[in-house]
Parts: sequence; structure tokens; C-alpha cells
Amino acid sequence: MAPRRSTPRDGDGEGAPVGRRVVLGLLGLGALGVVTGERIQGGLGRLMAHDPTGLTALVPVGDSWRYYSVTGSVDRRAASSYSLAVSGLVDRPATFSFADLQDLPQVSFDDTFHCVTGWKVPDVPWGGVRVSEVLDRVGVRDDAVGVRYHSFDGTYTVNMTLDQARADDVIVVLSMYDEPVTHEHGGPVRTYSGSMYGYKATKWLSEIEVTSDNAPGYWEQRGYPLDGFIGE
Amino acid sequence: MSEPGDLARFTWGVRVVHWAFALLMFTCMVTAVILYNGAIMLALGHRHLVETIHVWCGLALPVPVVLGAVSAAFRSDVRRLNRFRPDDWKWLRSRTRRDGAIRVGKFNAGQKVNAWLVLGATAVLLATGTVMNWTGLVRLSWRSGATFVHDWYALALGLLVVGHIWYAVRDREALRGMWSGRVSNEWAHDEHRAWADEDRVSGAGQGASRRR
Repeated sequence: MAPRRSTPRDGDGEGAPVGRRVVLGLLGLGALGVVTGERIQGGLGRLMAHDPTGLTALVPVGDSWRYYSVTGSVDRRAASSYSLAVSGLVDRPATFSFADLQDLPQVSFDDTFHCVTGWKVPDVPWGGVRVSEVLDRVGVRDDAVGVRYHSFDGTYTVNMTLDQARADDVIVVLSMYDEPVTHEHGGPVRTYSGSMYGYKATKWLSEIEVTSDNAPGYWEQRGYPLDGFIGE
Repeated sequence: MSEPGDLARFTWGVRVVHWAFALLMFTCMVTAVILYNGAIMLALGHRHLVETIHVWCGLALPVPVVLGAVSAAFRSDVRRLNRFRPDDWKWLRSRTRRDGAIRVGKFNAGQKVNAWLVLGATAVLLATGTVMNWTGLVRLSWRSGATFVHDWYALALGLLVVGHIWYAVRDREALRGMWSGRVSNEWAHDEHRAWADEDRVSGAGQGASRRR
């Protein structure tokens, strides 16, 4: 047999420290991705916007929706049997059917959905009724401070102040992408607040309660800021 | 459990580090799929619970590695993994790498690369996951970048782990080495000849030790 070197084992300081280089390389690439990723993801999204195979839905290419639910599975509700209760510190508590909501003045605009964790979906077409419009129909009492949105998932709630709720871009959503709001997106009726992160919106909306405070809702109780304005 | 002619491959401490890390990684991967896939998420719901499990298992990933550092055997294995010798480059490029012509040490070049890719990717996932979870740490555009990096690194690491398990399942003796700590002489001679021969060469305690 060929003579062996005296101590030919790996790990004795012989050879290139490839392990360290691999780790440093991955860390560097990761840091670069954090700083440039927002632009890359936007570019990839535009590039892959017309994918006939649908395979890109399986990989995290581009800015795409991520669907959240905080309870077990949520019952589907049809628009035909839907009703929205408006309650609390109001002059005339009322319920609105889907058709009632459609009869109120409609607004529509394109706006980017931002999740507080960083993902976003650009230029979503939203349509529906301003929350301020609904509040004006029932008459808000002078001692009211906030608005609490309830979900028919039975768990989710979120609050905002009356002033925040009356902003032009805070709406009860009746359509997304010019179509009825899908169950996955919180249909038949959800809310959207253009200047705020996604957690300030309520999927599967069942009730708008006018309140004497601005108490923390579901995610705020779990650490997110009470004011969820985008960029903060 | 050990047969005559077995070689000690991994100490108890090293195996505990491996399996604790593996269990945490597995939990991270299962919860990641639930969090990422919309259909599964909506069917199972309870996002906050799933998220909490994912985050804390992720944060716990370094713990077995850090605790493992008190073990001399673990530190020795890490040093072996770190260094690439000329034979390792040859092994990576060779199409007949398994025929034993290249004398492989305790770890082959693929195992070395895998170990460091897993470590590096885990570190990046930890860092990006931290800024996604504690949203006040960095500005929004960096959180978007962190989400982007977290997605792709997780996908790559997931594939790497699946590949790692694939190789382990196909080589029962390698799996036995990580489960019981011991491997047969024959397997060691075929797959890691330079390591199997270490005792005869240097007689040092950190090499393969025989039990007869």
C-alpha cells in the first residue's frame, strides 16, 4: 500500500476553511436581499404577471396574497343572506343587507395592500362604501370615541378612532378586482383601510360597533401598534 | 446494540445536538408550510398559534448548537467539517466519487457543504424572521426585503433538508451512525476510508475507536 501521511485527518487546520466562507457568503447574500429585495420582488412580479402554467403560484415569486385566518375554518356566507349590524353609540342601530350596502354611494380606487410584516400586493382595485357613509346613516352620538369592527369568524376584532374611520380610504369592501370579494379575501364583505396595514382591516365583516373607547383589537392585544399607519 | 467490529462515529452529545436541531427544524418546516400555503392556512386557521410555534422553534434552533460547543467531540466534528482539502474538491467534481478511489475522511465534501449551507441559511432565516416578527426593528422596505429573503432561503433550505433525508434513508448504515452512534467497519471502509484508517495511523482518541 502507498505510504500514508502522518496525520491526514481533516480538521487539523489543513485545507481551506470552506465552511466559514459558505456561511459568510450566505449571510452577505441575505443582507443584500434584505436591502434590495423589495425592488427585486416587484420586478419579478411584473415579469411573471402573465404565467400561463400557474406554476409560479407555488414559489414565492413576485408580490402575491397570503391568506390569514385567526380561528379554525370560517363558515362561508353568501351575499344573498349577508347582513351587517351597526350598533353601539348610534342614534338608530341598523342592519344592512348586501343590497342595502350596494344602494349606498359607491367608491372605488386602486391601492397597495401592505402587511406589517413586509409583504404587499400592489395596485389592488377596491370597491365599496365609505365607513363614514354608513356611520352617517345611523347617526353617531356625541360621546362616541372609536369604531370596533367584528368578524363573523367569531374572534377577530379591530378598532380605530372615529376620525380614522371617517377617512376617505376606509371602506366597507363589496368588490375586489371588480369581482365579488372571495371567501379567501374575507367575503362577501370585508373592510379595507388604505393608509393602514392589513391588520387594521377586518375580513368576514359582521358588525361595526361605535364605542366609547379605542380598545386594542385582536393583533393589537398581541403586540401590534394601535395606530397601524403604513410606514410606521 | 453494537456489534464486534463496530466503529464509534458520533458521541451521545453530537447525536443529541443533531436530533434536537432536526426536531426544531422539522417543526419550523411544517408550520412554515401552513403559514405560507393559503389553502392549508384557511383550512386550519389559528394563525397566531401556528406563528408562535414557528417563531419560538426558529429562535430555539441555535440552542442545541451553542450547547453542543461544550462537547469536545462536537467541536472536533465542526473543525473537520470546516476544512476542505484538495481531495474534497476532487470528490465534488468526480462522477465516480463513491468507488473509494478518493480517500474520504470522516465527512465527505457533500456532507461538509450541506452542514454549512444549513447553518448559514438558518442564520439568515433567524435574522430575517426576527425583523418580520418584531416589526418595529427596521423600516418597512427592509421588512419587505426580509420577507423576500426569508421566502427564498426557506424554500432552498427545505429542499436541502429533503435531500439530506433522502440520502440518509437510502443509506441505512449512515442513518444508524447518527441514531446509535456506531457504524460497521465495512461501511466506514467503503465510505470514509481515511477516517476508518485514522486509528491505525495516529492512535489519537478523537479518531475512530474500535470495540472488539
